[in-house]
Amino acid sequence: MKVRINIVLKDSVLDPQGQAITMALRNQGFSGVNNVRQGKILDIDLDAESLKDSKELIEKMCKDLLTNPQIETFSIHETE
Amino acid sequence: MNIGVVIFPGKNCDRDLYRAIQKFKPKQIHFLWHKSPELPKGLDICAIPGGFSFGDYLRTGAIAARSPIINSIVDFTQTGGFVLGICNGFQILCECGLLPGVLVRNQSTRFICRDQELIVCNRDTLFTNLYNKNEKISFPIAHHDGNYLVDSETHKMLADNGQIAFKYDVNNPNGSVGNIAGVYSKNYRILGVMPHPERRVDYRTGGEDGARLFKSVCQGLAG
Repeated sequence: MKVRINIVLKDSVLDPQGQAITMALRNQGFSGVNNVRQGKILDIDLDAESLKDSKELIEKMCKDLLTNPQIETFSIHETE
Repeated sequence: MNIGVVIFPGKNCDRDLYRAIQKFKPKQIHFLWHKSPELPKGLDICAIPGGFSFGDYLRTGAIAARSPIINSIVDFTQTGGFVLGICNGFQILCECGLLPGVLVRNQSTRFICRDQELIVCNRDTLFTNLYNKNEKISFPIAHHDGNYLVDSETHKMLADNGQIAFKYDVNNPNGSVGNIAGVYSKNYRILGVMPHPERRVDYRTGGEDGARLFKSVCQGLAG
């Protein structure tokens, strides 16, 4: 099974890279861009039958290593 | 004094740290590979140097903070051991929970490498007793992720307890909360500092402001 983990910075955390991208888009003429937040995607190929069975395990991976709960949140999606 | 210098793949400040400590003639300096499950017996202090452990992949310090040696370092602190983390070492100490907070990307998004004026906020510890309170000193900084972030409650606690070791003077380089450049654990035995004291240890490196930190540690743990 393949899962995709989306990791984003919490709204309260400043995202200077997102701000730089916002400015770059505006400078390219994309005038309607209000804000960009940059995150991460991790695609994991996992020995598991369903997301239901493995959700607890993936959440543990996220909390133990993949994210820092002080600054980030995550969501898990089954992709295959 | 027996000191351990921890090495992770991607570290680049371990030899500078070795030189800075060697100047004050400790009994022994052990280089410790991150996969070692145990620390040498009789260790007084463990130092985690700067660099780019594991290429800063995932988050700075995140992968290093899960290395086998970290469990031993956590045990070591529980029996009163001293720990010093410089730059990436500070990031690792935050990631493994030995120090509060987290270090995120500099507000400017730029890697910053320059001399930085600092203020010594607490000089009543093993690390800083050769400085004067509120003394202005200069250490080099060299980092991309030095923006120290804590919630306002923790910030107040750090300030009230004297756990802020150093602050940036005037010109905050990275956006850190309260201009914080270095913090102590509650018992003042763990210090994390973003600037590099080991890069300011003699006339060839621009003065001895950093050397006093290592002299203070070596004198305090002598014997």
